Amino acid sequence: MLLIRCPYCEEERPELEFRNAGEAHVARSANMVGESDDDFEKFFFIRSNPKGIIYERWRHMHGCARFFNAVRDTVTDKFVMTYRAGEPKPSKLPKNSNEGLAK
Amino acid sequence: MSGALRIPGAGRLSQAKTARFSFDGQSYAGIEGDTLASALLANGVHLVGRSFKYHRPRGILSAGAEEPNALVQIVRDDARKTPNVRATVQELYDGLAANSQNRWPSLSFDVGAVNDLASPLFSAGFYYKTFMWPKAAWKSLYEPKIREAAGLGVSPDRPDPDHYSSRYAHCDVLVLGGGAAGIAAALAAAETGVRVILADEQAEFGGSLRFESGAKIDGKDGFAWAQAAIARLGAMDNVRVLPRTTAFGYYAQNFVGLVERVSDHLKAPGHDLPRERLWQVRAKRVVLASGAIERHMVFANNDRPGVMLAAAARTFLNHYGVAVGKNVGIYTANDSAYGAAIDLKKAGVNVAAIVDLRDNPTGPVIDEARALGIEINSGRAVIRAGGKLRVSSMTVQPKNGGGERTIPVDAILMSAGWTPSVHLFSQSRGKVAFNDETKRFVPGTYAQDCVSVGACNGTDGLAATVDEAYAAGARAAKDAGAKAAKGVKPKVDASESWSRGMLGAAPGAGPDTTVKAFVDFQNDVTAKDIRQAVHEGMRSIEHVKRFTTNGMATDQGKTSNMHGLAIAAETLGKPIPEVGLTTFRAPYTPVTFGAIVSHARGPLFDPTRRTAIHPWAEAQGAVFEDVGQWKRAWYFPQAGEDMHAAVDRECVGVRNQAGLFDASTLGKIEVVGPDAAKFMELLYTNPWEKLEPGRCRYGIMLREDGFIYDDGVVGRLAPDRFHVTTTTGGAPRVMNHMEDYLQTEFPHLNVWLTSITEQWAVIAVQGPKSRDIIAPLVEGIDMSDEALPHMSVREGKICGVPTRLFRMSFTGERGFEVNVPADYGQAVWEVLWAEGQKHGATAYGTEAMHVLRAEKGYIIVGQDTDGTVTPNDAGLDWAVGKKKADFVGIRGMARPDLVAKGRKQLVGLKTKDPKVVLEEGAQIVEDPKQAIPMKMIGHVTSSYWSQNCGRSIALALVAGGRDRMGDTLYVPMPDGVIEVEVAGMVFFDETGGRLNG
Amino acid sequence: MAKAAAKTAATASPSAERRPALAGRTVSATGVKVEVLPPALRISLRAPEASVAALSKALGVTLPKQPKTSASKAGRTALWLGPDEWLVIDEAGKDPLANCAKVSALHSSVGISHRNIAISVTGPAAEAAINSGCPQDLSLEAFPVGAASRTILGKAEIVLLRTADEAFRVECWRSFSDYVFTFLSEGARDAAG
Repeated sequence: MLLIRCPYCEEERPELEFRNAGEAHVARSANMVGESDDDFEKFFFIRSNPKGIIYERWRHMHGCARFFNAVRDTVTDKFVMTYRAGEPKPSKLPKNSNEGLAK
Repeated sequence: MSGALRIPGAGRLSQAKTARFSFDGQSYAGIEGDTLASALLANGVHLVGRSFKYHRPRGILSAGAEEPNALVQIVRDDARKTPNVRATVQELYDGLAANSQNRWPSLSFDVGAVNDLASPLFSAGFYYKTFMWPKAAWKSLYEPKIREAAGLGVSPDRPDPDHYSSRYAHCDVLVLGGGAAGIAAALAAAETGVRVILADEQAEFGGSLRFESGAKIDGKDGFAWAQAAIARLGAMDNVRVLPRTTAFGYYAQNFVGLVERVSDHLKAPGHDLPRERLWQVRAKRVVLASGAIERHMVFANNDRPGVMLAAAARTFLNHYGVAVGKNVGIYTANDSAYGAAIDLKKAGVNVAAIVDLRDNPTGPVIDEARALGIEINSGRAVIRAGGKLRVSSMTVQPKNGGGERTIPVDAILMSAGWTPSVHLFSQSRGKVAFNDETKRFVPGTYAQDCVSVGACNGTDGLAATVDEAYAAGARAAKDAGAKAAKGVKPKVDASESWSRGMLGAAPGAGPDTTVKAFVDFQNDVTAKDIRQAVHEGMRSIEHVKRFTTNGMATDQGKTSNMHGLAIAAETLGKPIPEVGLTTFRAPYTPVTFGAIVSHARGPLFDPTRRTAIHPWAEAQGAVFEDVGQWKRAWYFPQAGEDMHAAVDRECVGVRNQAGLFDASTLGKIEVVGPDAAKFMELLYTNPWEKLEPGRCRYGIMLREDGFIYDDGVVGRLAPDRFHVTTTTGGAPRVMNHMEDYLQTEFPHLNVWLTSITEQWAVIAVQGPKSRDIIAPLVEGIDMSDEALPHMSVREGKICGVPTRLFRMSFTGERGFEVNVPADYGQAVWEVLWAEGQKHGATAYGTEAMHVLRAEKGYIIVGQDTDGTVTPNDAGLDWAVGKKKADFVGIRGMARPDLVAKGRKQLVGLKTKDPKVVLEEGAQIVEDPKQAIPMKMIGHVTSSYWSQNCGRSIALALVAGGRDRMGDTLYVPMPDGVIEVEVAGMVFFDETGGRLNG
Repeated sequence: MAKAAAKTAATASPSAERRPALAGRTVSATGVKVEVLPPALRISLRAPEASVAALSKALGVTLPKQPKTSASKAGRTALWLGPDEWLVIDEAGKDPLANCAKVSALHSSVGISHRNIAISVTGPAAEAAINSGCPQDLSLEAFPVGAASRTILGKAEIVLLRTADEAFRVECWRSFSDYVFTFLSEGARDAAG
């Protein structure tokens, strides 16, 4: 069971309290009706599914109930960092030491 | 008393405490503190089981968790028959009953042993090659027969009567392994005051100090020092000491699974004691002190009962006071077996000879053995063990060939060297590194916050081990945030040291031989099998492992992996690290399902949710159905009624008089804030801004893809407050869906969501008499049609308690849904029921509710829709706000395929024979005479007998359904084709007049 | 339908009896006692930062702003559940819903007195009993007196409040209370062993 740092509770909490909510930074258009079929396809169906660093949404479902964003390495399953919903995608990631897990 | 081979004065058990036990029905006496293995050996019993594949007689190899051979069935009673228990781990209690496994008719005469004679047929990869043809025979013949023949013990066929518990625990330093290293590390960490957990799989701490007679620490015998240290640790508030506790899995972020065997060693476990306790420990730092495991020598017939590991024999002697034979031979490739020879000799056991593969071994233990008069044959190999049910001799030959000499023995104690236990380290995703000099894999690159100390780290010698472990324990505590330590490092006064050894087959079992020299005892894999795998093209150790099953038994190759690897490497002509080690996986030793499940059985398997009105329904004899975690009253049978009759009566009763229905499980969400209406506009297809307070509307919620996600009636209580209802099953996900949009897409809106599902008990009162029943009980609400029209909501009081009273209907009748605070639910229901009796009201369940709504063509999301149905498909276009600029699903709904012609649309179906009730899920075709596979144009989603209509009714999704009104379609069933006519969805009261009737 | 019957009944209505879930249930084991607490008044309070002062004043208890904390005064406790969410529990019989109704500052206050059930777990083994199914670190360092958190117990969601070194209040939804009580009872039995 992973430990996940909730950026609202400001501490690491057991994974059982959380729920994954898919890829992050997929913005919903302010003009949905005007979206082309292609754009809607990209928005709704296409996900990056990378091997390595992924930006994803989690919800502290059974904690503070907030949605937030996390950077995770899909190869090692390690969380690199977490940040609040609405904050921009981090331009630089903290150096991930061998044992440093989202500290 | 407790066995002829018990040596007076030897061992640490109190002779006074006799424990009687039986093995295969024969009674024996042991001593409390014995393991089943030591007690059997004390009675001279070596033959304890038959091997997995060849049914060869097997004895006791080890004295610990690595045991591959001595697997027995422990029988407490009919429901407690535990198979595959390692006799070396099972502690003796008075009355213990054990049986051998995998033999018929008896352990000493086993018919299955013909497999041994036929062994040339059963070589590596045998299953894959032999049972290929005819293909069909695999399922019907080969697999069932193989499965019957395979496996060792017999599973109990009754539910497990024991209970198991679980505990989450957190600590700063978790020390795994309670030998000298683990204890030293735990002491260092504990003295700083941080939280420490120390676990060891044995009943007593000490690890190798149990047999190392030459160890002295702090002036004490090693084992005595260990006990004193454990007593000290156990008395500290910040330390938890867990004996009989195996760390079976090392998971992410220092999360370690441990199983504590709480009562398997007790004669009569108290009712309150769990059998096992699962510990899920999160540690800031982990110290791995898991020790090392001795390897056997790989030579012909090395599996004969009486052939065992040297350190095991020493443990049986020094700890349990048991001599494993009267005339033992030693076969070794390193120093450690000398300790066994010396201790046994001193205890009065004859040591026939030491056979040492090394050419000219030198050192203090060799000198001591020689001084005791033990014959040492160096540069020689044991090429064969004699005897069948018990070893009777060892045949010795110079390792490069030459004359054979057979020495009579009743036990052979062997040691090929020690393998560091890197299992947990490997599970932590650490990478092992091969030390070419010492020929062993040791921890290399760490992946987690842990450290290995002592033998599992390849550290030799007690002094070095204690130094390393004490420093590591202190460091781990410091890293976990401890202040300076104030302890004193234990001082090692005397110790033993043994390293090196050999890997692979010994002389006499080399590539040119066909002897049965076992590498993996539990899976019956020989050196020859491994070579054959390589010859047949397996190159990777992962393939060799799977082809031969080496290391794949429940012992996970604790004694066999390194030998297997070395033989494969030799055959491939590659160095060992290039061939690589297979991955160690959890669990380290077998874990019961009971421990994993722990509390989640019976009533705690899953929460069973009951409404406030449940006790009333139960008292009325209602039959319940599961709806998610809820129990809902399904129907209320009266005397002599079956379900059909009860549902017919309930349906008619509601339409003719009135019915009461417990609707409490419906999801309810209070949406509050100045932007509440704006939020509702975005989450539902309907317009909400203009809905007046006090009025209700049926709302449809879509996913972004344009498909129906949920529905429900929404009441506006105030300009800034909505009372939203959802489906019962959809409540949690709808709440999550709404929160998701509110928090991440529309965070600018000033609105908040609160689940009120369980705040309110909901009593639906439906039917022409519904108002007559409710009205006398209500205060502060005008119940007239003018003041309270269909689809409106008022707050007031009923039976003296607050209510949110909805005028709404899911039956097509005049109806109300009475919301009262949950604790009042049953009392209000009872008053309404009593009032209802004056008007002939009936209680109805979910089945009648389904029929009544289907008569009116009201859909159930999840039954009539399946996640691919749009509002238009469901005939609900009227509920989509045409002027709205945005709502979730607005764009998805407009996708080309979702507006294309010929989509499946929800319609009614009437069978031509009104008595025939269609099956839900049945497929619909246009032409029943077409060839199979027929073109299916839709399926039945809801189907019931409607007593009110006097015929069957059904709803179905049919391609282009609304253009087929009046058409005849066909439902092919196994026993014939059913003719149906496409109809509208409303079967009863098409004009809807009864809503105000 | 007769018009008279449709009108509001003027006669006094019978008053319905309150039947709390699990009322009076209690289990004792060595070192730990699990018991259902009497009904209390509760609201789920949601508000932005700017409204906190006004709401605190109206409620008579300072809404905590630190995660995993609570504040208590005169029988009323406010638990921080999220950055804009508090559970307010009143055991003194004063309805916090009424207090909040008078506040004009932006907020949402929803009555949930009947939604939740409270179970107290007390005694030296209380921590162990709860840790039978709750994965949080409940040591006094990590979860001191006054600490409050929504979390998990087995397969149910709970709100946990530490009221003393050896006392916790466990709140859960009404229909989960049987499961939660049974789970805690089993945990208590094991913690005692």
